[in-house]
Amino acid sequence: MERRACLQADASIAYSTMNALCIALALAVHYALHITNCAPRIFHSARRITPLFLLLMLAGLLVSCGRPEPKADLVIANGAEPGSLDPATAKGLEELRIVMALWEGLMRTDPKTALPIPGLAGRHEISPDGRTYTFHLRTNAQWSTGQRITAHDFAYSWLRVLDPVTASEYAGQLFYLKNAEAYFNRTITNANEVGVRALDDLTLRVELTSPTPFFLGLCAFQTLSVVPRDIIEKHGDDWMRVRPLPTSGSYQLERWSLNDRVRLRANPHYWDATNTHSQVVDLLPIRSASTALNLYEKGGLDIIWDKELIPSELYPFLRTNEASRTHFHSFNYLGTYFLRFNTTRRPLDDPRVRRALTMCVDKQRLVDKILKTGEAIGSHFVPPGTANCRSPEGLPYDPEGARQLLKEAGFPGGQGMRTIEYLFESVSGGGSVHSKIGVELQQMWQRELGIKVELRQMEKQVYLSAQRSLDYDVSRSTWIGDYNDPNTFLDLYRSNNGNNRTGWKNPRYDQLMDQASLLTDLKQRAELLRQAESILVRDEAPIAPLYYFSGFNFHDPEQVSGIYGNVLDSHPINAIRVHRPVKR
Amino acid sequence: MFFLKRLLFLIPLLLVISFLAFVLMRLAPGGPFDSERAPASPEIERAIRAKYRLDEPLLTQYGHYLADLSRGDLGLSTKYRNHTVNDIIVSALPVSLTLGGLAFFFALVLGIPWGVVMAVQRGRWGDYFWGLLSLLAACIPALVLGPLLVLSLAVKAGWFPVALWESPLHVVLPTLTLGLLFAGKVARLVRESMTTTLQSEFITAARAKGLSESAILINHALRLALLPVISFSAPMLADLLTGSFVVETIFQIPGLGVFFINSSLNRDYPLLMGLVLLYAAMLLLLNLVADILLAKLDPRVKYE
Repeated sequence: MERRACLQADASIAYSTMNALCIALALAVHYALHITNCAPRIFHSARRITPLFLLLMLAGLLVSCGRPEPKADLVIANGAEPGSLDPATAKGLEELRIVMALWEGLMRTDPKTALPIPGLAGRHEISPDGRTYTFHLRTNAQWSTGQRITAHDFAYSWLRVLDPVTASEYAGQLFYLKNAEAYFNRTITNANEVGVRALDDLTLRVELTSPTPFFLGLCAFQTLSVVPRDIIEKHGDDWMRVRPLPTSGSYQLERWSLNDRVRLRANPHYWDATNTHSQVVDLLPIRSASTALNLYEKGGLDIIWDKELIPSELYPFLRTNEASRTHFHSFNYLGTYFLRFNTTRRPLDDPRVRRALTMCVDKQRLVDKILKTGEAIGSHFVPPGTANCRSPEGLPYDPEGARQLLKEAGFPGGQGMRTIEYLFESVSGGGSVHSKIGVELQQMWQRELGIKVELRQMEKQVYLSAQRSLDYDVSRSTWIGDYNDPNTFLDLYRSNNGNNRTGWKNPRYDQLMDQASLLTDLKQRAELLRQAESILVRDEAPIAPLYYFSGFNFHDPEQVSGIYGNVLDSHPINAIRVHRPVKR
Repeated sequence: MFFLKRLLFLIPLLLVISFLAFVLMRLAPGGPFDSERAPASPEIERAIRAKYRLDEPLLTQYGHYLADLSRGDLGLSTKYRNHTVNDIIVSALPVSLTLGGLAFFFALVLGIPWGVVMAVQRGRWGDYFWGLLSLLAACIPALVLGPLLVLSLAVKAGWFPVALWESPLHVVLPTLTLGLLFAGKVARLVRESMTTTLQSEFITAARAKGLSESAILINHALRLALLPVISFSAPMLADLLTGSFVVETIFQIPGLGVFFINSSLNRDYPLLMGLVLLYAAMLLLLNLVADILLAKLDPRVKYE
């Protein structure tokens, strides 16, 4: 501590010196111009300009000088600048991670296992048919401003997500509630018909349309957190800018400076406040991997929790280097990198062609040569480690079998096959994995099947819109699970799902998914889901899984504890603790 | 009077720019709400589009935009959904103004003497040496210079912080990175104009009068030689003051430049519109200021 205070004093001396130097320089220029008084008109006007410069410099110094803020106890590199910290409209990982610290739901996430554990509701009961949940709120559930959090607040918060005016992209997370979708679509307007009701201040009754084994997981998902009704009703779209903002999670929002930092301060009224380990937390929206690493090396960052924020060229070095080897922490999580085939276009409408293309991909080579970070190759769509799941084996790597299939489909040796387009998005900063994988696939398909492939790289928003309007042949894709259940993956390939994006429709698949959603027996359900997935990755292959993501944190295990690898890549900030030794 | 007219003329010009930007943005493929995960139902999407008035005909949307604009309201950002565009500009503009202003100052203070030295030394070794340096300064992009400065002065030597925007020390490296490029350009510009000026007849006349060389340089030659710098400064200053994506990314600075690039990549229509208008207004105004200065300083220029 003393050491740190000392450093700060040093720094402030340096600031004042700098300040004085700059002003002296400006003054010198100013007077130099004065002395050349005999000079012609230009200097008369220049003399008038100099004070302006002087002012500008002073202003600049003052703006940036204003006593440096106290350092945070924990500093995390958090990826992109969060777009929204409102639980109803947050959707990106960088947003959801902060939302989790600010807002809590009935359940919260266990930092080790990512399983739902009791949050603001201390206990709950589930009816035998699995369709009615009764939650009992903790008596010490409070907003950060000290008022009680009630079951009515929850009912309001959920109905708010279901209000089209809120424009929540994750409103679908609540469609498992009775009448929720109809309410969203305004086919019913009476909120009382929706399956969420406060029985009294502390009891919330939830009714679902079908037994949903992952519902408690959804209750821990950020969209379903409780938000302050009176603030939102009073301030509308501006409510996030109210200070102090009553929050329901373990932290309150102290400062949000765009592209600079989000500063959190521990919420003293949080029901579990004694277990909040870092009082002040800074989350920096860092854009460049080398900047993140420089800051980390200089002690300005405690945790980097995105793979993109470590320069990929340095992976091999950092992983083997004595000093940094122990800072790497990788783990499996629910994310799949896969290919989508456009099944509405010839010749990809033929399952044999799609299977042939899948069977020719040497996934091990992609993982070893391009990623180099030890990802597991993917044969099925639902990543291993997902709860309630028994995935089937997908298609094997078998170029010979693939050639056979292609021959059966009427394209022996690729003859008569048109050029296939491979769509992927450009990533700012370049050096993207997507283009390297594209090049590899191009070579594999050309060599093994004689199919010509053209690479088509597009700006991200254009790529997404092309994918959505089925304006592609083969497209690289990713999917990250929202909760720990195969449903978050398999739901995608129902005929009417907006994320299907392959044009693939299979009545048998839909039927299996429907049947599975009605079952309360988890074993039977897993079996039906296995059959459905088998259609998806073995028989019909509208998609080709390539590999499963591995989650990744970079931090010094001797200094940082309470952050664990888990399948949801979810790291509640209140559990993280920094043991800061005397530095340098 | 002439300048008042030009000032008034800016308004229709900005309107035309805003209309073109508005239409071009929407012609570009992809929209603000295309994302990896579509909402669970098309209804959700419709609700979002309705909220941001993206479901109306283009001209109606533009009408709404102008109506809001006349009240000084630039709308809600579609990407940064908790912020209005006004909010974003208010938070990022001071940072960009500080950094840009300092870099501009640095570029002039360094670039002008640099150019004069080269012109005086013309044809001698000094000219080649400083000329090569100025060429390097003007050619090395911030993308290269920035990391080099960080590596040498911050990571290795530890004299400056590696990134972030907190104290005056944090300002030094970004200012150097941003300013050096322009200093090099200003130096080249001053050298050229100074060389021409030094060969003109009135300098010979001044020499014939027996004035000292330094009086000739400073009082007579520099005055004329600086005129091109002034016209060059207007767009340069507008560029500097609206931020630089590269420098802001390398040094993790919360300025406008990053928003400029990201809003166009995200198809964040309201934010991009706001920034385009801001840049256009700044460019046009600074050009006007440059013209006024030129008219004042150069007796040969007359505006009617």
